[in-house]
Amino acid sequence: MAASYDQVIIGGGHNGLTCAAYLARAGQKVLVLESRHVLGGAAVTEEVFPGFKYSVCSYVVSLLRPEIIRELELTRHGLELIPLECSFSPYPDGSSLVRWPDREQTRREIARFSRRDAEAYPIFGDAMMRLARFVRPILDKPPPDAIDPGLGDLLDLLKLGRSFRQLDPVDRLRKIQMFTMSAADFLDRWFESDALKAPMAVSGIIGTFLGVRSPGTAYVLLHHYMGEIDGASRSWGFARGGTGSVSCAIADAARRFGAEIRTEAPVARIEVRNGEARTVILEDGSEISARQIVSAVDPRRTFFGLVGKEHLDADFVTGIERFKYRGSSGKVNLALDRLPSFTSRPGDGPHLRGDIAIAPSIDALERAYDEAKYGRWSSRPYLNVVIPSVVDPSIAPPGKHVMSIFVQYAPYHLEGGPESWPQHREAFGDTVVETLEEYCPGLGDSILHRQVLTPWDLEQEFGLTEGNIFHGELSLEQLFFLRPTAGWARYRTPVKNLWMCASGTHPGGGVMGAPGRNAARALLEAGV
Amino acid sequence: MPIPTPFHDRTAPLCTSLRWKDWAGFHAVCRYGTHLEAEYHAIRQSAGLLDVSPLTKIVVDGPDAAAFLSFVTTRDLSRLRKGRVRYVAVCDEEGKLVDDGTVMNLGENKYRLTAASPLWRWVDRFSAGFDVTITDQSDEIASLAIQGPRSRAIVEEALGEVIPLRYFQMAATSLAGIPVEISRTGYTGDLGYELWCQAEHSTALWDRLMAAGKPHRLLPIGLDALDIVRIEAGYILQGVDYHSAPTCLIEGRKSSPFEAGIGFAVDLHRAPFVGSEALEREKRMPPRWKLVGLELSLPEIEKLYATVGLPPTLAIEASRISRPVHLRGQQVGYVTSSTFSPILKSAIALATVEGSAGGPGTNLEVEFTIEHIHHQIPATVVERPFFDPPRKRS
Repeated sequence: MAASYDQVIIGGGHNGLTCAAYLARAGQKVLVLESRHVLGGAAVTEEVFPGFKYSVCSYVVSLLRPEIIRELELTRHGLELIPLECSFSPYPDGSSLVRWPDREQTRREIARFSRRDAEAYPIFGDAMMRLARFVRPILDKPPPDAIDPGLGDLLDLLKLGRSFRQLDPVDRLRKIQMFTMSAADFLDRWFESDALKAPMAVSGIIGTFLGVRSPGTAYVLLHHYMGEIDGASRSWGFARGGTGSVSCAIADAARRFGAEIRTEAPVARIEVRNGEARTVILEDGSEISARQIVSAVDPRRTFFGLVGKEHLDADFVTGIERFKYRGSSGKVNLALDRLPSFTSRPGDGPHLRGDIAIAPSIDALERAYDEAKYGRWSSRPYLNVVIPSVVDPSIAPPGKHVMSIFVQYAPYHLEGGPESWPQHREAFGDTVVETLEEYCPGLGDSILHRQVLTPWDLEQEFGLTEGNIFHGELSLEQLFFLRPTAGWARYRTPVKNLWMCASGTHPGGGVMGAPGRNAARALLEAGV
Repeated sequence: MPIPTPFHDRTAPLCTSLRWKDWAGFHAVCRYGTHLEAEYHAIRQSAGLLDVSPLTKIVVDGPDAAAFLSFVTTRDLSRLRKGRVRYVAVCDEEGKLVDDGTVMNLGENKYRLTAASPLWRWVDRFSAGFDVTITDQSDEIASLAIQGPRSRAIVEEALGEVIPLRYFQMAATSLAGIPVEISRTGYTGDLGYELWCQAEHSTALWDRLMAAGKPHRLLPIGLDALDIVRIEAGYILQGVDYHSAPTCLIEGRKSSPFEAGIGFAVDLHRAPFVGSEALEREKRMPPRWKLVGLELSLPEIEKLYATVGLPPTLAIEASRISRPVHLRGQQVGYVTSSTFSPILKSAIALATVEGSAGGPGTNLEVEFTIEHIHHQIPATVVERPFFDPPRKRS
């Protein structure tokens, strides 16, 4: 048997690394095992085409906790975040809308579609901010157990209740609406212009297998405003050098605290004896023992892939089985010879410095979902496009650019089965480029290289079960004390000494680092 | 009323925010657009182009030029080789700061002193006995700072050749047929250059750099973004972090280079120079004041905002509001410059505190007003620079 550690962490994604850094910082002897040749999991930068660095999967740093940046001194380890400055939405009729950081400028933009909406927009933003402030503290600690609460849980729930009561009655009503309504319906209560509502509504559906008219999606809108409350530390942005820089900076911090990190070290299984996990068995047959094993892979792979159902009780198995993945998105990365020029706003102005939403109308978004429901990718999908090289020229040769396109819907469960995705991969890529070309003709001619990732690729290559980018859908019934399943939302698992620390746990996905940090704290508080 | 700089024809149409300020009698851009962050991030991620023509530029020429500059500044410049630049302070006879800037050796006994404000009369007074000619070329020489990780690539592209300038080196060359001097200097704490040319060539220089910078995402930047990055770099600013002694009505406003955190720029133990006696005396005494970097506790600021039900509103903009600094309930100094640092995600400040107030790691408190109520925010003394990328010296 090989060297013994305090903790072995399975998976070198940003959460696994964050957890490792915090544990090592507390003096624990930590080993991280990553199966791929590169660290970061889905928060990874790879030079897939020479000279062009793709943020292959995750393309914006959403909500990376400022505490983590400060506590792990990530800036000293090379992390630099650049905010997304604006949101640009071109429309098929040749009009367009840009939401700028400048309120008045945004108001004038919206007023071209609706004067009413222009005035309502900042009021909506303020209301969302108030509501998001109620939610935000929840991100940074383990959730209370509301199903089988202990005394501490009751106190936490009481505190939560009290802060809910402190909300304005109008805000309380809005909060309840958000829990139950669809993004489209909720926005209908505020705005009349489709041009504004469509690009806003998509925040409610990203990464879920739901449509903008599906109940519950309104709640996810709030997450979009969470970054805003960090005020000056605004958390929506690019990492210089690509999203992988976040993982690399965290890995550097972890190493400085003494953590050991191995790449190309895939884990075959976790050995469980008498309900207790002590040993990790690598694919090459070697064994590593530790006092605790922490899984940074998603719940299904952890329990069914690494542990085995035979070591778990039936109710827990059912809970994990019912935890929904159903990946709904793909990713297309392009190396471009030049910047795209949009018909509605030609040239390379500041509107390209943020994200670009191809979300023509609420109906178009719902139609895109309709196709996905029956196992087809959307013929005109919702696209979220960023060109990070505009603000970070370090990722492309001078004058050239990298374009990242998030595509929804691309259902994992394709008509012909998920394993049929590879034969449709290029056709899917063509759909994406054709869709975008309707808004910026000539894009196709400027493409030097194209990388297409289907949900199947996300699963096979990056270990994201069913291609779900969040390690399980971020829908209400799978959040907070229900993530991944009731009773096991505090990073522990029913297997003794086995813990979880990634996006399949509270507070969920995104390059946030909160699950990794919370899990490390829970481990340390448990007196390990 | 301020007058235009030599680059005004180019900067004015780009300054859509119409936000200007008076810098040494010139119109200087505060920010080009309404959104400052783009300019800030250009400096840190790609490159920014800044008109620094209002700087004072004094040429000292003649056999005694090095000796003279060693006399009027705090630095021994006798061994400053051709093509080298040195950061200097200028003091009065009492060893109090008048200005700070750089001296570059242009070769053949010719040197250029740059400083923040007019200084020709001040140095000229000391010229008796030195075989030198002192010329104020502030109006004749136009200057641009190009700063940021891509600045090297842009300068090389504009020049059409590789000039391997190290940190604080300079060279005379020509750019698009224009004679220019290029120095590896700046006020941003990043990789960067400053370019100096005759004013009549200013627009050609600007155009050439902007064209070369386009594929590298070069942006014109104003003084507001500069103010954030110079605080991150830990650089002091005359008139803000210290006051020029001749302009001070009261003694208490004056600072020595030691007190202002630039003691490293004082070369003692050499031939007497302006202020040397006082500075030597001061060096032997425990320091009365010192400049420190502070990191304010953001979580505490957030908490205080939360108590009044507000999100923390820390604008991305440097502040020059003086804030009292306390140590265990006693005021021990004051913050002179502060900003939220987007890159560090922390609130940082330059402060002048009593010499005995403790080194890095010391916990202090900074006065902060939230919704009209005074609070004390915990702050920690940290090393300067706050942000120091290896590329600055690479």
